[in-house]
Amino acid sequence: MKKLMNKPDDVLRGQLDGLAKAHSDLLQVHFDPTYIYRSDAPVKNKVAVISGGGSGHEPLHGGYVGKGMLDAACPGEIFTSPTPDQMFEAAKKVHAGAGILNIVKNYTGDVMNFEMAADMARAEGMKVHNIIIDDDVAVKDSLYTAGRRGVGTTVLAEKIVGAAAEAGYELNNLADLCRKINLNGRSMGMALTPCITPGSGKPSFDLADDEIEIGIGIHGEPGVRRTNIKPADEIVEEMMLAIMENIEYTRTLREWSDNQNDWIDVEASDPPFNTGDNVIAFVNSMGGTPISELYGVYRKVAEICDEKGLKIVRKLIGPYITSIEMQGCSITLLKVDDEMIRLWDAPVKTPALKWGI
Amino acid sequence: MLSRNDIIQWIKTSATLLAENKEYLTELDRAIGDADHGDNMDRGFKKALLQLDEVKDKDIGSILKSIGMALISSVGGAAGPLYGTFYMQAANAVAAKQELSDEEVVEFLQAGTTGLINRGKTKPGDKTIIDSLQPAIVTLKNNIQEGQELAEAMQGAVHRAEQGARETIPLVAKKGRASYLGERSVGHQDPGATSAYLLLKALLVTLESR
Repeated sequence: MKKLMNKPDDVLRGQLDGLAKAHSDLLQVHFDPTYIYRSDAPVKNKVAVISGGGSGHEPLHGGYVGKGMLDAACPGEIFTSPTPDQMFEAAKKVHAGAGILNIVKNYTGDVMNFEMAADMARAEGMKVHNIIIDDDVAVKDSLYTAGRRGVGTTVLAEKIVGAAAEAGYELNNLADLCRKINLNGRSMGMALTPCITPGSGKPSFDLADDEIEIGIGIHGEPGVRRTNIKPADEIVEEMMLAIMENIEYTRTLREWSDNQNDWIDVEASDPPFNTGDNVIAFVNSMGGTPISELYGVYRKVAEICDEKGLKIVRKLIGPYITSIEMQGCSITLLKVDDEMIRLWDAPVKTPALKWGI
Repeated sequence: MLSRNDIIQWIKTSATLLAENKEYLTELDRAIGDADHGDNMDRGFKKALLQLDEVKDKDIGSILKSIGMALISSVGGAAGPLYGTFYMQAANAVAAKQELSDEEVVEFLQAGTTGLINRGKTKPGDKTIIDSLQPAIVTLKNNIQEGQELAEAMQGAVHRAEQGARETIPLVAKKGRASYLGERSVGHQDPGATSAYLLLKALLVTLESR
């Protein structure tokens, strides 16, 4: 293993120190417990939007803290969920009296830790909603697995929901919007190589030199299938077919109910993609794939969308939700309406996304 | 009967057993998870030990609550909230007590287990902590009701937990990261079911050595 690091144990702390120093105008980092928060938090009258998850996916989530996106992000150890005390302390720091929206990727640890944090914050009188993102169509089975994983749609949700919070949306409306984004977003990833976590020093899985894995998760969870390396267009075609396939995917998501004052199970299904739909196309690098290759991928994504009658109204291309140095990419399509497009275009100023300001 | 000191001793013994089995648990987790369960549990109980000093003169509920908080804030992943909830709910069941009758021992272990089940939305046979923990508590309850004294009843429970952990080997995982392996999770013992067995074993060791 060759990495730009000092000791494996202090990798995370060093990186977060650097993030804070580089972007002290936008954010600050608190340690023990660890969270990243907007320098101007709490922002008066605004719902605070918080996310978090294991580290190793940078710029997700810390790189999205700032005006128009997240109020706070809670980084866990590399590929390990953060803990409720981090989320709870972050909530207290950024809460401005208008409530908290937690955006949670669908991993067992993340979901449970954010639920506990929400319970703790609620006990302190804050209004809190957790919305789960589960958009990875590589997982087809919701009944016998932990369900679809949360991947690319998370980035788009944090941008759009962050803009809505900045625009003054109330907590319930913000939760509805975030839920809508999740149901309208679908993603699929693939890997050319595994990644190496600094702690283990070993590849997260084995992949032969001429092999790729289609449907990989962002922690190297198994995908749909392994195959020999093929031309990029064929790989993209397989991923796009999986994303656009109109299969009925129904899952049960746990959400907080203010009426019942308890966590309840909510059934949800994806609406299909239809000819004439407007979409945001997001082509993402897993960390090790250069942007030039992403443009090669985007060319084919655009061609397929064109054939299928999907209109790409906005796009995002680059490394935004990564898996350390893994080579590979993911594709996300998010069906959008005018409201979502307007919020996508709204000003944002974070270390990783910046426009309109 | 279980005293405050027994509870403290139980936590200390748990930390020792988890430290001894750190590599073993992590190795089990390498096969179907992300190879950190042993390290996470060891880190959590080391933190719990540090907090024990502050609560050692308090009631049993307070001691258990501090263990729960220590685990929640240090273990991470799924095991943190699951075991954290176990001790927090167990604490609620016996709040201000200085000692527990045998029936109350069953009660607080069951309350913790129920909390853990609710937190994880887990069913028996999903290849999780529950597969060793729940049948063991049922065995303990039955043994106590049949008039066995606590250590003897606990022996049966620990035996049942060990069996439950082994019975996860042929199961297909339906929860957590292991579930994405589907059929490929068959043939491996669940690390969570194994650590739960070790925690019950620590209670047995405590009872037998007093």
